Formats: sequence, structure tokens, C-alpha cells
Amino acid sequence: MLDYVISKYNFWIYVILMMIGLYAMIGKRNLIKKLIGMNIFQSAVILFYVSISVKAGATVPILSGHSYGHGELIEVAKYLNPLPHVLMLTAIVVSIATTGVALATLILIYRRYNTLEEDEILKIRRDTGV
Amino acid sequence: MVEQFAALIIVAPLIASLIVPLIGWRQKRLCYPWVVAVLVVPFICSLGVLNTVLTTGKFSYRLGGWAPPWGIEYAIDHLNAFVLVIVTFISLIIAVYSKKSVEKELAEEKIAPFYTLFLLLVTGLLGIVITGDVFNLFVFLEISSLSCYALIAIGEEGAPTAAFNYVILGTIAACFYLLGVGYLYIATGSLNMADLANILPSMYHSKVILVAFAFFTVSLAIKGGLFPLHTWLPDAYYTAPSVVSALIASLMTKVSAYVMIRVMFTVFQPHFSVDIVPVLPILGWMAVFAILFGGIKALAQTDLKRMLVYIVVAEVGYIIIGVSVANRMGLTGAILHIMNDAVMVACLFLIVGAIFYKTGTRDINKLHYLNKKMPFTMAAFTITALSMVGIPPACGFFSKWYLILGTIEAGQWVYAAALLCSSLINAVLFFRVIECAYLKPLNPVNAHTGETHMIQRDEAPLTMLAPIVIMAALVILLGMFSGNIISSIIQFAVPASF
Amino acid sequence: MDVVYSSRPLWAVLVSMIAAFLILATGEKNRNIRESWTIIAAFVKFFIVASMVPLILQGKVIEYTIITFYPGLLLQFRIDAFGMLFGLIASSLWIATSFYSIGYVRGLKEHAQTRYFFAFAMCLTSTIGIAFSANLLTFLIFYEMLTIATYPLVIHSESPEAVKGGRKYLTYTLTAGCVLLFATGMIYYMTGTLDFKAGGFLAGSGSSSVLIMLFAMFIFGFGVKAGIMPMHEWLPTAMVAPTPVSALLHAVAVVKAGVFGCLRVILYIFGPNLLHNLGIWLIMAYIVSFTVIVAGFLALGQDHLKRRLAFSTVNNLAMIILGAILLTKSSMTGAIIHMANHAFMKITLFFCAGALHVKAHKDYVSQLDGIGRQMPMTMGAFAIAAIGLSGIPPMNGFISKWFLCMGALEANQIIFLFVFFTSAMLDVAFLFPVIYNSFFKKPLDDVTPHFDEAPMLMVIPLTITALLSVVFGIAPDAFVHFFSITTIAVQNIMGVG
Repeated sequence: MLDYVISKYNFWIYVILMMIGLYAMIGKRNLIKKLIGMNIFQSAVILFYVSISVKAGATVPILSGHSYGHGELIEVAKYLNPLPHVLMLTAIVVSIATTGVALATLILIYRRYNTLEEDEILKIRRDTGV
Repeated sequence: MVEQFAALIIVAPLIASLIVPLIGWRQKRLCYPWVVAVLVVPFICSLGVLNTVLTTGKFSYRLGGWAPPWGIEYAIDHLNAFVLVIVTFISLIIAVYSKKSVEKELAEEKIAPFYTLFLLLVTGLLGIVITGDVFNLFVFLEISSLSCYALIAIGEEGAPTAAFNYVILGTIAACFYLLGVGYLYIATGSLNMADLANILPSMYHSKVILVAFAFFTVSLAIKGGLFPLHTWLPDAYYTAPSVVSALIASLMTKVSAYVMIRVMFTVFQPHFSVDIVPVLPILGWMAVFAILFGGIKALAQTDLKRMLVYIVVAEVGYIIIGVSVANRMGLTGAILHIMNDAVMVACLFLIVGAIFYKTGTRDINKLHYLNKKMPFTMAAFTITALSMVGIPPACGFFSKWYLILGTIEAGQWVYAAALLCSSLINAVLFFRVIECAYLKPLNPVNAHTGETHMIQRDEAPLTMLAPIVIMAALVILLGMFSGNIISSIIQFAVPASF
Repeated sequence: MDVVYSSRPLWAVLVSMIAAFLILATGEKNRNIRESWTIIAAFVKFFIVASMVPLILQGKVIEYTIITFYPGLLLQFRIDAFGMLFGLIASSLWIATSFYSIGYVRGLKEHAQTRYFFAFAMCLTSTIGIAFSANLLTFLIFYEMLTIATYPLVIHSESPEAVKGGRKYLTYTLTAGCVLLFATGMIYYMTGTLDFKAGGFLAGSGSSSVLIMLFAMFIFGFGVKAGIMPMHEWLPTAMVAPTPVSALLHAVAVVKAGVFGCLRVILYIFGPNLLHNLGIWLIMAYIVSFTVIVAGFLALGQDHLKRRLAFSTVNNLAMIILGAILLTKSSMTGAIIHMANHAFMKITLFFCAGALHVKAHKDYVSQLDGIGRQMPMTMGAFAIAAIGLSGIPPMNGFISKWFLCMGALEANQIIFLFVFFTSAMLDVAFLFPVIYNSFFKKPLDDVTPHFDEAPMLMVIPLTITALLSVVFGIAPDAFVHFFSITTIAVQNIMGVG
């Protein structure tokens, strides 16, 4: 059992990270902290992807210098799977963009309510009747 | 040739959106004609694509010439060709409508960014529909979501908070989707939908696949605003500018429903979604509660737009009920309702936008004499309202009819009862508005002025009125010709095993 | 059975819809042009409908398919004898009502006249659509359209009570519509078809408990419009509508659409045999008998003339359904012919009530003392119709009562014979005092003692409908062959059943 748990450690780490992010998004009242939680959440998924392409004893998937002529086989097991990394490049871009948009809305919120504490914002909105 | 059309559907609005800021920098007024002109391209292309699908069957476009399953593929069959036409048409209509409304509701320097985001949102929606690659779908999902967050945030008081909530929940949904894709990739090593559909059946009982499916379902339920995961939706849709509300209310939830159908019945076989995972009853019951909850919340509103927003929550339930009964009739109803509801909801939101533009209010109790001020708008509203209630020959009746046939076939009496209940709730909702708009006020505040005679016709400008009238006419026409639509398109879009 | 394919049914339906939009386009400014659309449409409609009578008399049916929705789901018109009868009633009385309406709304200087005529034309479109429907789906589509088209007429005065009446009307009818939609879906699921078939098509398609449930749902759904107790509540409330509306819609089109639906369900979906086997016909007969008697008594208690007539309508409609549910040849003949006869008599009565309202501003029975001297033609017509409604020869009411009573005997259910008798007594009891008071009592102070009639546009239509009641009593087959058509309809049903 313990072996099983340890052998899948990358999954455990991503799950733990994700839960930390989720907790921050749900439990924290400060909107910036929520945003940070969201970032942790996204990073967890990215790390998950990166970790699944790992193979024991393999190296970066770049065919090194000398010739790979006709008939010579490339051993797949020697190279990491590059696709998840490539996908994550896109995902990172997405996550940066999301963070950017979220920060922009936070600036708007701050300008309007002069605070980033959720309960204070709710109170202001209730008081002004919006 | 037609293969290039498929690419053009995405490329045209994408490139055009990048040009909008340049145009806006030189001459702000030119943004609007540019956007309208650009959106004609995907509409024509999607008609061409639909025509090809109808005549020669489904086809695919290889992006960059890479063969699937390695390259990204745009796979077009009856279902997404149909949805493409809906999305391109409605976004075109809303673009035509946008001019005056945007000028009134947004500051001048925001017009160019607005149109950029508008086109990006449309690009994202079209990409979601057209792609045959699960990861590519994620990218488009995020393009549409990100532009949507920004578009909502430009809205009125309270919009940034609503947008931020949406960002958080939308990101959770997106991450869940990404995780689902990751699990599928671990198990199969493929991202292509058709390829996945071939590989997956051999491992349907694998836990990894089950988890992936669960992630997909939850993610799409959040994105589609299905009760009880709808909490972000009412505020976001309410506070957004009128044009944005119309666009996202009519298309975002429908596109999510489309993706749900796609994932459940194309990526996974119907056999898996129906027999192996107990997901359909859960979705069905969520939809029942969505319908009732949405209806009841809508009843409690005095603001027209907020009422519509809750109706959108209920309408999502309709489509999901059709999916969850998983038979030919039900799914026919669901797909038909994707179209009908997109048209009806877009029309209603456009009308509310026009009323707000002219009168500055959305309060139901302040709509008196509106039939005299804006006769055409109110006639369109009445037609659409009757369609929402399900009065034939408007289109709402027919989707409801097939949905009910589906629930009867599945023996799901509660679903049928929920659908019928919702008709009655809609009747109360809309007749309340119609009474206010058409009849004399029951307790006139300033009756002594004899105001009836002083009311002048004050109709919305042509760029707003024409889209509204076209949509209202469509509500009737789509109802009259629903038989043709079903027999020529939808019956092929429903999985053959049903 | 020979089938003739023709687009005439479609045109018969469309002509008033086209007129409706012409009315809307013409608007308030050119009132004479607007009204002429109504009149033209009414005549054209009647002639199109009447032109198909010879075919029906030859035992043919006329069919026209508009759209196919799905295998087995068509938007289709098929005119059989029964549908023809209803179409004839509605289209012929529309002519009378059109003239009368013009006199009425102008006499009262009503507001929103364009909306009024528009909605009226839409109502007629839906009614003829209902009459000519080939299947339950088409029926349902026009039935719901009728519900909505009537709403603007019910709330026409826009007074608080009218709005309340309108809400009540919608609550009842839309709920009924939902039930019907579900029941129709069930039938489509069970049999794969929705086509009306003389003698029914449901036999053997489901367990008896399911069939009984469906029957109950249909009777609830159509019974609301037909005013079967306890679903009749909306009808007296809806009497706030202008009188021509009450006359044509609440005596002819809307309520008869409900009755027509009930009869279609009883005779063309379930069929006499199946209902006999299920044994629900007797229960149903008792329920409607209750309505017949109680509505009669309630009518006695009403002082408001239109409300009294409304309860009389409830009473007569229940009688028609009772005739149909007795499931014998004579009772069916009586029921179907009474649809026509009652329409002519009741519209006359309502026209008279409207004339009194416009000319003398009198709405209550107790105000009518001596009014017969001022308005002899109106009250004369009222007397004729009242006599007919009570089933006294030579009026047309006698013929229907005769067949209904025969039917009760044929069915070996003497109790229903007494129901018919009691109902006739009650008719006398609540209608004759009106005649007596108006002609033989000393005039009230505000009654003009000399001849001073309502506008001719109102008096002439009501005189004509009253005379027609007499003519149809003496020669039931006059002009449009109501009686022959009825006989053919009954033969079709019994021939199969």
C-alpha cells in the first residue's frame, strides 16, 4: 500500500497543491488571496501534466548531433514525451492571461470600493442597495 | 475549397479582431462596420460548410496539413455544422445590433477594445464548436472565457465583482476540463476526438477513464451554468452590457451544452454514458431543479433583465433534460432547443437592450404604454414570449414537444412534469410583462394628465429594430419549418445508436 | 372513404389570418377600410367553407398536408363531416358577428378597436383550424393559438376585473394546454399516430388504467374550455369581455372548440366501443349530468344577464357532451346537431344582451321591465331564442332535445332522460321571466315607452340569427345541410364502432 502511494507521488503532490488552491479560493476573503489560490490551482494541473511525461532514465527529446540514417531505429523509451510539455506551454499562456484579466478586474473593484476584502465589498453593496 | 471555409470560419474573426484596435486608433466609427463585415464571412462559410455536410456527409480539415491524430483536426459533422450556423448567425445579428447600444452604454475609448473582445469571443465559440481535438477545444474554451470575463467587467455597477467570481469559477471549470483531457491522454495517448472514440471502448471500465469523464461533466456543468453550479451566472449576465448579455446568454450556455453532447456521445460512446456511468439521472435531476429554481427565482424579480437571466438558468435545464433521457426524441428536442433557445434568448435580451436604450429602465412595473411607444419591439417581445411559454406555431413549442416525447419514451414522468410546470411559470412571467406593457396602469400615478394621448411613438433606431424583428420572425419561421430542420439536419446529428 | 386533395381548407384558415394582418396594417385611421377587411374575410371564409359542403355530402373527406414534422407527425387538415359542421357554424356566425361587432364597438366608442378586430380574426383562424384539423397535434396547435388569441378580447376593457378575468382565463386554459400536450405525447408514444379516426384508434394500445388516465387528462384538458364543472369558473368571469366576444367566442368558437375537442376524443380517439369496454362512459355521463343540473340552478340565481347566459352555456355544453358520452346513435346525432342549434340560439341571446347594453345601458335582468316596448325586435328575437333553447317546437332546439332524449332511452338510462327534462325546465325557469318582464310588466321609469331600437348594424344580425333558429327548426337541412352532415358524421362513427 505504502509503495503504491509513494510510487504515484507526483499525483499526490498535484492533488495536495490543487486542494491548497481550492481552499484559498473558497476560504479566503481577500480577493488577491483567492487569485493566488487560483494560480496554485492552475499550477497544480500544469505540474501534473509535466510529471506524466517523465520516463525513468529518459532524456530530453532532442535527437543529438550525429546521424540517424535510414533503418536506424529511435528508441522511444530513451526520450521523454514532449507533447504534454508543449500543451502546457499553451496552458501557461492561458493561465497568465487569466491572471492578467483577474488582476485587471481587481483594479476595477479596488477603484470602485476601495477595498479587496469580500465581506466589506458585500457590505458596501448592500448599503448602497445595488 | 470548402475545407478552406472551415479554417476561414476561425481565421477571419481572429485576424480581424487584431485589426480592430488599429482601426479604432485611427477612426473609432469604422470599428462597427468592420466587425459587421467581418462576421458575414464566417456566416457564409458556415452555410457553405453546412451545405457540404448535407450533400456529401462529414469531412475534416487538417490544420497545417498534419494528419490526425497528431495534428489538430477540424472535424465537421451535422451536429457542429448546425451549431456553427447558429453561432455565426446570432453573433452577426448581435453585431449589427450593437452600434447604438454600445455607444450609449460604454465610454467612447472602450469601443475599440469592446469590438476586439467581441470578435475574440465569437472566435472562441466557433473554435469550440468546430474543433475535433480535445486540447484545442480547451484553448478555444479559454479564449472565449477570457474575452467573456473582460466583456462582463466593462458592464455596469457590480460588474467587476461578478466578473471576478466568474473568473474564479470559470478557471476551476477550465482546470477540471484540462485534468479530464490529461487523464484521457494518460490512458490513450491521443487527443483527437475520433481517435479517442476508437481507442476508449476497450478501457471503459478503467478508473482513469471514469475520473476523466467525471471531470468533463463537472467542468461543462459549471461552464453551462447548470444548477447548482450556476451561481456565477446570474450576476455576470445581469451586469454585462446589453449586447454582451445577449451574446453570452444566447450562445455560451448553448455551446457548453453542445460540448456536453459532443463529449458524452462522440468522444465517449452513448453506450458508456448511458449504461456504464450513472451520470444521466444525476444530470436529469439537476436539470429538473434548474428548471424549477430558475423559474421560481425569475418570478421573484421585478427587473426584466434579471428575470431573463434566471430564465436562462431554467432553459439550460431543458437542453440537459433532453440529453439525459438519452433517446432519439429527447436528443432531437435538445438539439432543436439549442437553436430555438439561442434565437429566443438572443431576441429577448436584444429587446431588453432596446427598451433600456429608449426608456432607461428595465423595471417591469415602469413599462406602461410601451406598446404605444415601441410597437414593433413589443410585438417582437410578445411573439418571443409566447414562444417561451410554448404556444404554437412559435419554435418554443416544438422543442418542448420533442423533449416531452423524449421524457415519455424514457418513462421519466418527473422530467415531463418539470417541463410542463416551466411552461406555466413562463406564462406567468411573460404575461405579467405583457400586461404591464400593453394595458393601462391599474393604479395610474398621474392619470389626471390624460397621458394616453400624449404618448408618441418612440421606436428603437433601425440598427436595433431590424435585428429584433428578424429574430422575432425567425421564432415563427423556425417553428413552422422545424420539421424540415429535423429531417434534413438534426436526425443525422443524433447518434445512430439511438 | 374517398379522399379529395385540395388546398381549400388551408385557404379557409388563412383568409382570416391575412385579414388580421391587413387590419393591423390599416390601423385606427381608416376605420371603414379596416372594417371592410373583416367583412370581406368573413364572407370569403364562409364561401370557401360552404363550397366544400357538396363533397362532404357525397361522403368524401378533403385533405391537405402543410408540413411533415416527423414520421407520423403532420400539420394536416382533413375535413370530415363533423369538422365541416363545426367549420360551418363558426364561419357562418362570424359574418353575423362582424356586422354586429362594428355596430357594437362604434355604438360604445370602444378604445383599441384595431386590436379587437385583429384578435377576433385570429380567433376565427384558430377556430377553423381546429375544425379542420386532421390529427391531434394540428388540433393542439390551433387550440393553443385560440387560447392566446382570445386573451386580448377578454381583457379588452383593461379594467381591473377584466385583467383579473384574463388571468383566470389564462390560468385555466394554459394549465389545460399543458395536460393536453402531455396526453398527446403519450398517445403518440403508445400508437405512433395522432390521426383522428371515426370510431377511435386507441383500442388495445395500452392497459386500461393508462387509457382511463389519458381519458381523464383529455376531458380535463378540453373540459376547461367546454366549461365542465368544476373547471367552468373562468367562463362567467370572462363575461367582462365585450358582448360580441361573449357571443361568438363564449357561445360559439372557444367553448365549442372545447366541446368539439371532447367529442373528438370521445368519438374519434377512444371510440364508443373502447369507452364501453373501459366502463368510464357512465361515470363521465354522471359528471356532466351534474354540470347540466347545477349550471341550470346557478343560472337561476344570476341577475346579470350575461352571467345568466354564461351559465346557460355551461348547461348546454354539458348537455352536448352528455349526448356524446351516452354513445348511442340518436344521442350522438342530438349532440352534434345541438352544437349547431345551440350556437344559433345562444348567439342570438348574447346579441340581444349586447343590444340592451348599448342602447338602454341595461345589464341586469331586474332592470328589464317593460323594455319590450322600446326594443320589440331585440326582445322578440330574445323570445324566439329562449323558446328554442327550452326545446319547444317548432324551434331548432326541439330537434336536438328530441334526439338527446331518444338517445337516453336507447342507452337504457332513464335517469338521463330526467336530466334532459330537468334541464329544459330550468331553461324555461331562467329565460322566460326575462321575456315576461320585458313585455308584460309596467315599464320602469328610465325605459322609453315607444319604439327606439339599437343600431341597425346590431338589430339586423340578431334578427337573422333568430329567424335562422326557426328555419332550422322547421327545415333542419336548409341552406347548408346541417342535418345531413350530422347524419354522415354519426354513420362514420357508428359504422366503425
